[in-house]
Amino acid sequence: MISIRNVSKTFGRVQAVRDVSLDIRAGEFFSLLGASGSGKTTLLRMLAGFEGVTSGTILIDGQEMQDSPPHLRPVNMVFQNYAIFPHLNVRDNIAYGLRRLSVPSAKQAEMVDEMLEMIALPGYGDRRATQLSGGQMQRVALARALILKPKVLLLDEPLGALDKQLREQMQLELRALQKKLGITFVLVTHDQEEALTLSDRIAVMSQGAVLQVDTPAGLYERPRNKAIASFIGNMNFFDATVSRMGPPAVDIPGFGRMMLNGHDNGRPDGSAALVAIRPEKLTLHAAPPAMAALKGVLQTRQYLGGREMLHVGIAGRAAPIAVALQGDQDEATASLSQGHPVWLTWKDDALLVLDAE
Amino acid sequence: MTATDVRAGRRTRPGALTRFLHRHEGWRGYLLLAPALILMAAAILFPLGMTLTMSTWSLSGYDIDQTPGVGNYAAMAENPMFRVLILRTLTISLTCTLFTVILVYPMAYFVAFHTYRNKALWLIILTLPFWTSYLLRVFAWKVVLGYEGVLNTGLLSLGIVFEPVAALLYSQTAVTIVLAHSWAAFAILPIYVSLEKINRTYLEAAADLGDGPARRFWRITFPLSLPGVVAAFILMFVPTMGEYITPLMVGGPDSMMIGNLVQTMFGPMNNWPAGAALAVVMMVTIALAGLVFIVLNKLVQR
Amino acid sequence: MARYAGFHRPNRPLAVYAAVFSIILYLPILFIPIFSFNSGVYVKFPLEGFTFNWYWDLFQREPLLQALWNSVRVACFVSVLSTLIAIPAALAIARYRMPGKTPAVSFIMLPLVLPGLIMGVALLTLLNRMGVTLSLVTVTIGHMVICLPYAISVLLPRFIGFNRSLEEASADLGEPPLRTFWRVTLPCNMPGILACLLMTFTISFDEFFMAFFLSGAQSTLPMYIWGQLRFPQDFPSLLALSTLIILFSFVLIFASLRLAKIGQPAQQETGR
Repeated sequence: MISIRNVSKTFGRVQAVRDVSLDIRAGEFFSLLGASGSGKTTLLRMLAGFEGVTSGTILIDGQEMQDSPPHLRPVNMVFQNYAIFPHLNVRDNIAYGLRRLSVPSAKQAEMVDEMLEMIALPGYGDRRATQLSGGQMQRVALARALILKPKVLLLDEPLGALDKQLREQMQLELRALQKKLGITFVLVTHDQEEALTLSDRIAVMSQGAVLQVDTPAGLYERPRNKAIASFIGNMNFFDATVSRMGPPAVDIPGFGRMMLNGHDNGRPDGSAALVAIRPEKLTLHAAPPAMAALKGVLQTRQYLGGREMLHVGIAGRAAPIAVALQGDQDEATASLSQGHPVWLTWKDDALLVLDAE
Repeated sequence: MTATDVRAGRRTRPGALTRFLHRHEGWRGYLLLAPALILMAAAILFPLGMTLTMSTWSLSGYDIDQTPGVGNYAAMAENPMFRVLILRTLTISLTCTLFTVILVYPMAYFVAFHTYRNKALWLIILTLPFWTSYLLRVFAWKVVLGYEGVLNTGLLSLGIVFEPVAALLYSQTAVTIVLAHSWAAFAILPIYVSLEKINRTYLEAAADLGDGPARRFWRITFPLSLPGVVAAFILMFVPTMGEYITPLMVGGPDSMMIGNLVQTMFGPMNNWPAGAALAVVMMVTIALAGLVFIVLNKLVQR
Repeated sequence: MARYAGFHRPNRPLAVYAAVFSIILYLPILFIPIFSFNSGVYVKFPLEGFTFNWYWDLFQREPLLQALWNSVRVACFVSVLSTLIAIPAALAIARYRMPGKTPAVSFIMLPLVLPGLIMGVALLTLLNRMGVTLSLVTVTIGHMVICLPYAISVLLPRFIGFNRSLEEASADLGEPPLRTFWRVTLPCNMPGILACLLMTFTISFDEFFMAFFLSGAQSTLPMYIWGQLRFPQDFPSLLALSTLIILFSFVLIFASLRLAKIGQPAQQETGR
């Protein structure tokens, strides 16, 4: 549906978007995830037409669009601050884009009422736009865009201003809406949880470039480098050396040899690598286990309501290792306190081997 | 109603001009700015150019001799009266500006620091007089300062003086006072703006560190307000240099300014080239003074 | 926000100064209305008697009424034309990145710092060489040059503070730029535009420096007053006229400044 080919954008001396190429499929919920300044909003605005491209092409549904002004694109946007017209009421706001299409007023009224039902604000038509709450304004903004039946809906951090409860509720509603309508959604957000919850695929951006495009699970389980691995969720890193004497393995100082079942990625013997493992994939033992384990000392316990994050110091390593514990713990683990020796084990396939940096 | 129905009227290919303008933001901007730029070019640039050209011409009989030359400028340089005139104009402008800036500073300070909810109202009250007709204001001062004017008859009837004070009107003093009053708004606003911008927490920090009100003012408030003071200087100095109405109405023979000479040249004397040359000299003087102030401004904005 | 009394003590001497300053500021102007009701011909104390005569007299004077009408016409044209040019200019300055923007803007704002004398004389010179006769049209042009920077400086903060995403939303929903302006920008900025119109009207109506050089056979009201200043016995009539003008200007400018919200921070139009 959308093809972004080698698009770059420069503002004066700053390059906001560097040579980005992406393909977004029809009917998918696609997210652009990144911190402020990563270029995600600029990219979105280029899709909408509010910024021209410095170079590159944008194709929407097969047609070149990068030179078209926003009013000629089959794309609609929901703005971060909703951009509800203050001098119009709700009905006129929603019907705003219909006026140009010479839709007869009876039909317009019908469509607006349909929309009001869909966003769960029936009867609000005559209210002044400024009398609405943030969440309500956001729905009106959605309705206003969707009534035009765009091929693509762009959302610029739409849930940022809402409080946590409302945000989570709206996330579910958005997802359901997208599935029902089948329209391509492109969402920009800095909240990784939001991206992971809502999206079919995510593009992680940093400093104007796309780091990785993958499904949420793909990004979480198989990050391509350290930046992405640490951006999404928590991650423990170990410096290691690849060993090809015998079956593929890595040497980790302080631990010894770790087997790499199936993780042979062709790295030469003796090369440096970064081994990564998620906190929830580590198993904590209060007593020395039967298999090979990494010995450490418990430093702190962090209570997170329903789960705990334990920080374990390892000899020869400055940063502690984070271990996530979910659900009920056995007595031995629950009673562990600071200074107590602990042992860590994991399954072989829980390891990730990344390029050293 | 299907999607295609609703948006049937929507899909038009953008024309070449639209594509170009969409790509090049700068061109869009200049397109919108064009009428203003054209007006300014036509009404300021070309006229100033013409004035410069005319200043190189000279008067011969009733006609204008268009051979370019620096005759007018030479005449000015040789004429001692001219030097006196320029000096006097500079003196009046500078004293007037200094006088005004000193007097309005406390007023601006008052509005910036001692009013809380009515700032907008105060600003309106302070600037309102200056939106009225300039001519009428000078006229009003004539009424006040005249030999039989308000101030004199008031003073007489109160017994403070026994004779009307003649020097009140038709003197340099009168011109200075009236100029100060006429252009004070140009001084108040920049000073107010720079005082208003001062972060109050600086003052609170200073108080916390032991400075009393007077020291706080001299060490923090005043230095930080200097850009506004310099701006006020420039904004008042320039128009007062170009004054001719006030000297004409309330000034005496010893208080004519350059503006009057220009006006005479373009009026009764009908020596437009000379007048043009004078205007050029005025502009250069003002530009030089402006440069001085800009340099001062840079120095002050550490 | 609680402040302990010691830090922001009300400063009595300063308050007195402020009061005195304001009084002196307005005093000369206030004498005009005072003496316009005075039945004595000469402007001096003590006041002689109360009368409306001078006001009635105004309406008999043909040249005065004609000059008034001229000023109104000129001011109308000036305010509408200046505002029409200032709106796109202010939009461009507020919105777009342009190479050479700062010099271009400084150039446009130049009349604010050029003495009226110089601008008037320069324009006169050019018009004369072009063979254009002086008239109300030339005065209009001169006034437009002065009013444009003021108009832009009234509109600019409003456009800068105006929530740009409202215009983007309109474009996004299919409206081309002109219709976006008409349906969104204009209605939302009406107060500022009205303020601009009122302010430029007043500036033109009261302007004298340039009118002095650029007027032809028809004079504007200030030119008429200038002419009348030579006749002391007509002073009181002039005072009556001046009072009316001052009142009129006050009202217009007060409305304009209120509309333009000078001194108040620019407000976001859409809530968050």
